[in-house]
Amino acid sequence: MGRYVLRRLLQMVPVFLGTTFGIYLLVWALPGDPFAGKCGERDCPDAFVAAMNEKYNLDDTIFVQYGKYLWNLLRGDFGETFSGVPVSELIANSYPVTLRLALVALAIEALIGVTAGVVTGLRRRGFLDSLVLVSTLFLISIPVFVTGYVLQLLLGLEWGIINPTVSSKAGFGELIVPGFVLASLSMAYVARLTRASIAETRRADYVRTAVAKGLPQSRVVGVHMLRNAALPVITFLGTDLGAFMGGAIVTEGIFNIPGIGGLIFKSIQSKEGATVTGLVVLLVLVYLVMNLLVDLLYGVLDPRIRYD
Amino acid sequence: MKARMRTTVVLAAATLLLSSCGGGGEDAPGAGNTEGAISVFNTEPENPLVPGNTTEFGGGQVMDAMFTGLIDYDQQTTEVKNAVADSITDVDSKVYTFKLKPGWKFHDGTDVKAKNFVDAWNWTAYGPNATQGAPFFSDIQGYDEVNPADPDGKSGPQQAPQPTTDKMSGLKVIDDTTFEVTLKNSSPVFKVKLGYEVYSPLPDSFFADKAAFEAKPIGNGPFKFVSRQVGTDVKLTRFDEYAGMDKPKFKDLTFRVYQSREAAYPDLVGNQLDFIEELPPNALAGQQHKTDLGDRVVERDSLINQTLAFPLYEEKYKNPDLRKAISMAINREEITTRIYEGSRQPADGLVHPLLKGYQKGQCGELCTFNPEKAREYLAKSGFTGTLKIISNSDGGHSEWATAAANSIKNTLGIECVFEPATSLGEFREKINAREMTDMYRAGWVADYPSIENFLNPIYRTGASSNDGEYSNPEVDAKLAAADTAPSEEESIKLYLEAEKMILNDMPFVPLWTQNTIGGKSDRLSSAKLSAFRKLDLTSVEVA
Repeated sequence: MGRYVLRRLLQMVPVFLGTTFGIYLLVWALPGDPFAGKCGERDCPDAFVAAMNEKYNLDDTIFVQYGKYLWNLLRGDFGETFSGVPVSELIANSYPVTLRLALVALAIEALIGVTAGVVTGLRRRGFLDSLVLVSTLFLISIPVFVTGYVLQLLLGLEWGIINPTVSSKAGFGELIVPGFVLASLSMAYVARLTRASIAETRRADYVRTAVAKGLPQSRVVGVHMLRNAALPVITFLGTDLGAFMGGAIVTEGIFNIPGIGGLIFKSIQSKEGATVTGLVVLLVLVYLVMNLLVDLLYGVLDPRIRYD
Repeated sequence: MKARMRTTVVLAAATLLLSSCGGGGEDAPGAGNTEGAISVFNTEPENPLVPGNTTEFGGGQVMDAMFTGLIDYDQQTTEVKNAVADSITDVDSKVYTFKLKPGWKFHDGTDVKAKNFVDAWNWTAYGPNATQGAPFFSDIQGYDEVNPADPDGKSGPQQAPQPTTDKMSGLKVIDDTTFEVTLKNSSPVFKVKLGYEVYSPLPDSFFADKAAFEAKPIGNGPFKFVSRQVGTDVKLTRFDEYAGMDKPKFKDLTFRVYQSREAAYPDLVGNQLDFIEELPPNALAGQQHKTDLGDRVVERDSLINQTLAFPLYEEKYKNPDLRKAISMAINREEITTRIYEGSRQPADGLVHPLLKGYQKGQCGELCTFNPEKAREYLAKSGFTGTLKIISNSDGGHSEWATAAANSIKNTLGIECVFEPATSLGEFREKINAREMTDMYRAGWVADYPSIENFLNPIYRTGASSNDGEYSNPEVDAKLAAADTAPSEEESIKLYLEAEKMILNDMPFVPLWTQNTIGGKSDRLSSAKLSAFRKLDLTSVEVA
């Protein structure tokens, strides 16, 4: 087990280097000079541009630039944005917010999705089953920005239940509606995945044995069925957390959440390589760690899976 | 039953509590709440918060509230009035002497002295400090020594030479309240520029510890710094020892950073945000903002114009007859009423109507829609081929650009299309590299309210924003004569003559001047826009 984890951790190093370099290269390859639109309708002073090029090593080749960046990163220095704000400060401000949003979304998704899936998986072809099938189909077919704007308009402006946008503190309570918007699509998938999984395990031998032993319904479903049926769902949820962390640009934009989605988007537009890479580095780490956790959870859930 | 009764009571009590902590307490009607707090839309400042390094909107709003220069502009009429300066005297508009009023203080309690201005200006102009505001000091004697030009331009491999000194020879401190500025050439407009925030004074503490200053800027304006959370907000509060005339009528000012105007708009509609100076295009589409905001819409004309620029380095556009044909083929009246419903006014010259010295009808028939004349000029130019209008499509530019292209196409009977650029950055880069192949969107927002600011930077040979490479020696001579005229009246007269000459070459097609449409929350009983497209802080009253 320990050796397996160590091996997986070592595998992260080349993945980490590859992704960060890829991102750095992509930002650099974007068309447009970062200082072209920075001074409004007039050109920036030469001295300013020269100083900026000096500061960000923009005169070096991309490999040298990346090397310098990585060297600083390894010493814990994320660099600065063009406006002189340390990237680490941006990360410290925005990461917790996005993490909170992702956790809220994940909780909503898991709770509603799994519940709906279990209930419909046990009682197929009933009214409830059809209802869940139709509503998940509905959720899957509407784009996120529509859900977001509609909820903002109805709950925020028409009925005044929530504030139309999230305040700078972005506490858990405020993030429930944005979290729901973010989770809506995956929620539908989770419900359907759980339903299919549960339906499949109902016919398994060990479930029949459990029922024959006279175990109560709750134990049969909760322990024997769910543990096995949860494997594909857990995989889906794990990768989803990674997706929530990075892909919340639309939701964060609608509700003006000061998270990393909008920050990455803005930094890509203004070609701030150091900021984009710094943010994505952490996203990559989240993905890798989540994947490892999911794999380890398999072993916990299904004793037949062994790592050595 | 009993239980239900109890919940209603609790609910009623809760609503009472809620309503009493909103707003700003009970004030006599009409008196306004002078201790109120307001929040204003802002974009993230793009540079460290130092006035000499701030030339964009997000940082400019903050610096405007925190600093006051030698003079100030009336936010409504753009008239110049003395602020820190007690008197301004000049000899031939070349040597200026500034006497300061006593009693002005920085937020850290130190006095505003003559050397605070001189040191700040020297610091901003000094090349290696790489400030955005440096070019604003280029009129002053000795600027070239502190900020030598890069011999082969910024794109060339050579670096600009190291300056020989860090002090401009034209700046001289006489005593604590007097200093003298000598310019390279006489310039009556110099004193009008001084209200722009790059000319603000800096306290001694700035020079002692720049990093500390950037973290907590210290100004001499009506508001002092409280805190900043990067990417979220900048909080300011009223500076009670402020010596200026225009004391604010409220206490706390928060500049809230939004990811976009679109994201801020719902907050304004829901009264969560008190002011946006410019509504997003999607709110203006189909007059949606009037339904949403009603009488909370704030609108006024501002010092901004839109033009079409010709890349005169392209063979295609070298013929002035073609340029005039294009100008007369654009139906400005129709576009401004159809798309903008009167929030933009067709331009009849290059100078903005709000400015001192503006004269109506400078462009005459050349800027009037006239299909026959336009076709006549086209025939005279002998042009056959296709035209394009290039613009960045964000910021609501695609609508008018498409309309203008159609107007040209239908009038002249030649192909003309709108071609969107991918982003403002890419668009500006092509302009700077002189790689524009067709006419493109241009515009000008005034730095300071002067007729000179709408001509010199754009139409002089080699000027900083003369991106179309327009060059006419006669115009240059006329502008030079206007710049150095001994009196303001004389110089205005010469500027107007230069304007007529430029229009006759038609290097840029004047399109229209713009109203800015913003909005306020119902918490503000009064809030006006300034002519400079910002919130006029002196007009704000909290209900």
